[in-house]
Amino acid sequence: MMDKLGMYLSYPFVRYALIVGVLIALCSSLLGVTLVLKRFSFIGDGLSHVAFGAMAIASVVGLTNEMLLVLPITVISAILLLRTGQNAKIKGDAAIAMISVGALAFGYLIMNIFSTSSNLSGDVCSTLFGSTSILTLTRREVWLCAVLSIVVAVIFVLFYNKIFAVTFDENFSKATGTNADSYNLLIAIVIAVIIVLAMNLVGSLLISALVIFPALSAMRLFRSFRQVTICSAVLSVICAFTGIIISILAGTPVGSTIVAAQVAAFAICYVAGRLTGGVLK
Amino acid sequence: MALLTIQNLSLGYDSHTFLENLNFSVNAGEYLCIVGENGSGKTTLMKTLLQLQEPISGRILVGDGLKSNEIGYLPQQTVVQKDFPASVREIVLSGCQGRCGLRPFYNREEKQLAEDNMERMGIASLSGRCYRELSGGQQQRVLLARALCATRKVLLLDEPVSGLDPKVTAEMYDLISKLNQEGITIIMISHDISAAIRYASHVLHIGTNIFYGARDEYVKSDVGSFFLREQEGGDSK
Ligand SMILES: Nc1ncnc2c1ncn2[C@@H]1O[C@H](COP(=O)(O)OP(=O)(O)OP(=O)(O)O)[C@@H](O)[C@H]1O
Ligand SMILES: [Mg+2]
Repeated sequence: MMDKLGMYLSYPFVRYALIVGVLIALCSSLLGVTLVLKRFSFIGDGLSHVAFGAMAIASVVGLTNEMLLVLPITVISAILLLRTGQNAKIKGDAAIAMISVGALAFGYLIMNIFSTSSNLSGDVCSTLFGSTSILTLTRREVWLCAVLSIVVAVIFVLFYNKIFAVTFDENFSKATGTNADSYNLLIAIVIAVIIVLAMNLVGSLLISALVIFPALSAMRLFRSFRQVTICSAVLSVICAFTGIIISILAGTPVGSTIVAAQVAAFAICYVAGRLTGGVLK
Repeated sequence: MALLTIQNLSLGYDSHTFLENLNFSVNAGEYLCIVGENGSGKTTLMKTLLQLQEPISGRILVGDGLKSNEIGYLPQQTVVQKDFPASVREIVLSGCQGRCGLRPFYNREEKQLAEDNMERMGIASLSGRCYRELSGGQQQRVLLARALCATRKVLLLDEPVSGLDPKVTAEMYDLISKLNQEGITIIMISHDISAAIRYASHVLHIGTNIFYGARDEYVKSDVGSFFLREQEGGDSK
């Protein structure tokens, strides 16, 4: 088995997949806590569908680098969704649901009508579940993913304290002179970038899992924001790494294998949390 | 000019107005106590002063170059989701956020300030504990320590002693008046009218009758003496 693994690792595309996969997993776990605790988890779900629609358009138009179209569309949608969400709560949720389902249907429709590919359902499936896309990334895409992931991670570290303050108590932050609205905007944009990145790894339907599972698992074990953030980053990286390796060895789809690993990790954390009484100090 | 000048302020939700034509001002160094019955609009007034909420009409003028990052605030209720993972130290430290501006990390003085304020509130031993697992009174002290980290000029407190035991309540009032003597302007909502007239320099009474003035005038006024008698009657029961 080790020989087989060694052989695979000698292929550059496998190494790329591992590096990019781990980086993407790292940055998608960072905002998990914020996303779980704010209403943003809704936005995250909606955005992944918007990203799917954008991806459909990009592939129909025949762009060589799909991210150049998908990224701006998703970021703009994130900003718009945040705006509507702030004005009226119920309307915001309805708007998100409308946009997300609409984008999903529209994306599939476009792919169906205009696609020149002979394997349409395969294309759709790989966009939704990211079955092989991580292994077929070009060198340019690998670089783009790597750079974006690092940028996201750096932004997160730099704004870590502000993200905590705004997530914990938005009113207090506003009242005491923190520009909460700008940081909410920043969070939304970063989430959009993460979603576009994660789409390469697990496909648009499984993104939420990649973002939310590590945070939920870490919250079973730890009780401070810093510990939870670090733990979820570590968990996410481990799960992505094992997931990719297993999928290479066993020939399973990358995205679903990673998410399966996350589910397993969650189960372990849940049991461990129960046993230790939920507080690890 | 006064720190805050409130002109013809009307408050309410949607089109329903419950407080009209409010006029008062707060000067630097004063200790204003806001009293009134439940639901009279005290919290709403405070949120409007903090610009978390739009008034129905009227204006709030901010003077003396008061910046919003020089304000400390203790909310009446902080809605924190059930599993929010946050330690006491992290929360108290987040009170220093307004001082940071764009600087990403807290510096040594801010960390020290957080430690000092935790010490002051008697929660230093809890600093590693999870906020959600504390008692109501302990949570209140955490939020007060956070407010103390944020303030340099003005401290707005919405029922700071609710849920505290008598000993800590007395300490709290002493602490607040000490801060006031150090030059921090205090705006405090309280149900405890006897404390209000013991410590405050000014009283704002809102409700069906609105009264604003110095403490001594309040004690003599109709609204004040009525409210006082009523509360004392209630206390002796
Ligand atoms: N979000 C809201 N939407 C609509 N009405 C509200 C809202 N919050 C408060 N109110 C109403 O506004 C009025 C004033 O509420 P407020 O919380 O300011 O009272 P309060 O003086 O602080 O009372 P308490 O002493 O109980 O804290 C109440 O009648 C209340 O029902
Ligand atoms: Mg109130």
